Amino acid sequence: MRKVSTFNLAAIGAGMAFLYLPIVILVIYSFNASRLVAVWGGWTTHWYAELVNDAPLLESAFISVRVALVSASAATILGTLAALALVRFGRFRFRLGFAAMIYAPLVMPEVITGLSMLLLFVAIAIDRGFWTIAIAHTTLGMCFVTVIVQARLVDFDSSLEEAAMDLGASPLRTFFLITLPLVLPAVAAAWMLAFALSLDDLVIASFTTGPGATTLPIRIYSEVRLGVKPEMNAVCSLMVAVVGLAVITASLFAKLTGARGEPR
Amino acid sequence: MKPTIKKPKRRPWRPIAPKLVVGIPYAWLIAFFLVPFLIVLKISLSQSAIAQPPYTPVLTLAAGLHGIRDFFAGLSIDNYLLLASDPLYLLSYVKSVEIAAFSTIILLAIGYPIAYGMARTPRRIQAVLVLLVVLPFWTSFLIRIYAWMNILQHDGPLNQLLMALHIVREPPVWLATDTAIYIGIVYSYLPFMVLPLYATLEKLDPSLLEAAADLGCPQWKTFWLVTLPLSAPGVLAGVLLCFIPIIGEFVIPDLLGGSQNPMIGQTIWTEFFGNKDWPTASAVAVVLVCLLVAPIVIFQHQALRTAGEN
Amino acid sequence: MQSLEPGHGPATMTDWTPSDAKTRSLLRVERLSKRFNGTVAVEQLSLDIYQGEFFALLGPSGCGKTTLLRMIAGFEQPNAGRIVLDGIDLAPVPPHRRPVNMMFQNYALFPHLNVEANIAFGLKQEGLPRAEIAQRVADMLALLKLDNLGRRKPQELSGGQRQRVALARSLVKRPRVLLLDEPMAALDKKLRDETRFELMELQRRLGLTFIIVTHDQSEAMIVADRIGVMDRGRLIQVGPPPQIYERPNSRWIADFIGDVNLFEGFVGNDGASVEGTAAGRLRLSGKIDAKPGVLVWVAVRPERMLITRDRPPTEVENSVPGTVAEIGYLGDLSIYKLRIADGSIVKASIAHTGRLTEPRLSADERVWLSFLPEAAIVLTR
Repeated sequence: MRKVSTFNLAAIGAGMAFLYLPIVILVIYSFNASRLVAVWGGWTTHWYAELVNDAPLLESAFISVRVALVSASAATILGTLAALALVRFGRFRFRLGFAAMIYAPLVMPEVITGLSMLLLFVAIAIDRGFWTIAIAHTTLGMCFVTVIVQARLVDFDSSLEEAAMDLGASPLRTFFLITLPLVLPAVAAAWMLAFALSLDDLVIASFTTGPGATTLPIRIYSEVRLGVKPEMNAVCSLMVAVVGLAVITASLFAKLTGARGEPR
Repeated sequence: MKPTIKKPKRRPWRPIAPKLVVGIPYAWLIAFFLVPFLIVLKISLSQSAIAQPPYTPVLTLAAGLHGIRDFFAGLSIDNYLLLASDPLYLLSYVKSVEIAAFSTIILLAIGYPIAYGMARTPRRIQAVLVLLVVLPFWTSFLIRIYAWMNILQHDGPLNQLLMALHIVREPPVWLATDTAIYIGIVYSYLPFMVLPLYATLEKLDPSLLEAAADLGCPQWKTFWLVTLPLSAPGVLAGVLLCFIPIIGEFVIPDLLGGSQNPMIGQTIWTEFFGNKDWPTASAVAVVLVCLLVAPIVIFQHQALRTAGEN
Repeated sequence: MQSLEPGHGPATMTDWTPSDAKTRSLLRVERLSKRFNGTVAVEQLSLDIYQGEFFALLGPSGCGKTTLLRMIAGFEQPNAGRIVLDGIDLAPVPPHRRPVNMMFQNYALFPHLNVEANIAFGLKQEGLPRAEIAQRVADMLALLKLDNLGRRKPQELSGGQRQRVALARSLVKRPRVLLLDEPMAALDKKLRDETRFELMELQRRLGLTFIIVTHDQSEAMIVADRIGVMDRGRLIQVGPPPQIYERPNSRWIADFIGDVNLFEGFVGNDGASVEGTAAGRLRLSGKIDAKPGVLVWVAVRPERMLITRDRPPTEVENSVPGTVAEIGYLGDLSIYKLRIADGSIVKASIAHTGRLTEPRLSADERVWLSFLPEAAIVLTR
């Protein structure tokens, strides 16, 4: 029986409060009629209304979503392949180098990855824009996907794959009929993570962007570095709401469809 | 099935898929992760130029062997000498390491009790708690820092609260200070510390703690002798997951910190976007990577070991 | 007692061939070898499996029996040697194309498919028409008494039911050879006994060839037509259960299957006795297949040992005095451990056929042990 002491409860409570309070305050201020943080001018949705008219902002949001969709999907495919390689194929040559390249981007400061990718694109004379950001985000995302899918694959019973092959399914069909359906929750979670990372990324996007490819974080950053703006409060609150809703929906969905676990 | 062929030895069946499964991501990473680093190295040995691209020399294979020789002749370590001579850069590195180290310690001090508390709650609640911890992470990083900009304003809610509670006589300055940077960093990186710690603590076998108690260990001693050592891999993972990226942080010090004594991420950004000095920025980046090689290798080793253990 | 290392003799090909002229070798394993990182798993192993037989691979854990099974199924590639099925070398054939099916120890049922879909899986891969698949699945459900469970998922079934589904899934493909990897390891004793007989009946009825891997001797003895005993990658002896039990070819086999008493000695000059053993000079029936003076071992099973309070008459020649050291009462029989003059222990098991009130032996009692010449065999290695 696990005992939950008051210290534990206090720790968790304080931690949660710390994590959520700033966001709550942000949301509250997005409804503040006054431009000044010091003054409470009453409730209003004025700033949200303003957003609809802000064409550049909407466009950058659209671009961000498109980049995120492309890079998350590509990252998921590449990352799943990499996870398969690491888990299923034992000690292949260059495994160490391969693993090093998978884990390094997880911790590498973004200014470095952003800078290096930009220099690559310049060196091979690619026009920078939508696709260079997508490539950069794919590279970063695939490492996170690998870590998540790998964790699931390691627990995955390989005798299921052997049984499928024994019954006549080729390795390719085995992957699509048996492996993939059973690791799908992890793959889906990995896709969502890669999507969120791409949507949210500022530094790498700043380095690898080009004309006509201003993402939402880049636009928000250029506005807020000059100071707090109530329109930005509205944008940010909206994003928080959308993401929060998506994550909660996803986890509820996962719960309802039931865990497709294997009998232990 | 095929009829028997008179050849003495048929080659055994080997699946071809592994080559593709390994090859495709491998090739991608080499192209878009490894090669860029080499290019950064090369640029760091180049000079700044008013041209497109804004550096020289540029390797043009069309110029043939002569061109390649000229290319190598044009490389120099001038940029590195600049870094060594100008105290601005050294201070920047030192500041970055200092902030990263202290904030990692703070993160560990705050994160461990949270993770420990989470691991001790009943199973059903744990899933919800994990979700709650991860949720802010899904919302934009930029937004969360911006949220702190709101709070830490001179006439913002924090100061309003402090004044209202008469804790201070006049509102202190938060923004553009190191304190704000620490707050921002701890706030943003907390999930990165809590989650690996929680993952390790959650796997801890409670019967080990019971055995220790049965053998006469008081609770604090059990924690010190059993729980803490067994959570070491999680601690290592959390520490590295925070320390390494914090050193290169840009957004937080830029939005919350002051312009005096920038962190190394800001320095690179300024050199690159501000001064348009790509070679110097590259040199700064190369030195940073060299600094980080040891911790990164430790992290990779640990990650590979955890993956292989299962 | 002596150590029981297997001798360095060559691995035995089939010690026994079926007398029925119609039966032919279905699966032939030729000098198969497999190493894992320098550790030998299977060494120069050769074996013939005949059509329609129930063959058991028996051995202690780590002896390589599962590796051999997996090589037949195609999940491991041998380093040397070959596997021939119906005259066709299996080396270039990938596991999903071999007409061999395996029933896994943990059943490996697909958790996201229900029972019917699990069973139909293999048939779908063959590309059979839907109607035929449905029919065969229905037949299999009936055969293995799984009717009404078709729509359930594996997680909702009991251990015994899951095992049946695993069996059905493999059987429905009508494989040339069915491989079973410790199929009853996960079942409790009573279920195991029931399943064993069902398995034997099924095999006979369908006329299929089964190869079962097990570490449980009694299981092998019950189900198998022939047993192949393995140790450390080598096949030590192959033959029907009675032959393995009554005519072991080495001390290792004699000790591995059941219990045995071994008396070490030298072949006597008359070629029909063994001298110098802890029980003195021992008379055997028939001529010993070794020259006089050669070191041999006389093997006597505990159930063939006789215990008497008085010295047996001289017709029963092989006798030795001893003291009761330990008594194990098992209900239907008792196992006695007796210490003889040189300090070694002899085991004897006596069935309780007499009346309840019969005076039983007690500890430290001095008795006489004896056995008939026909009850012993001589082992040369």
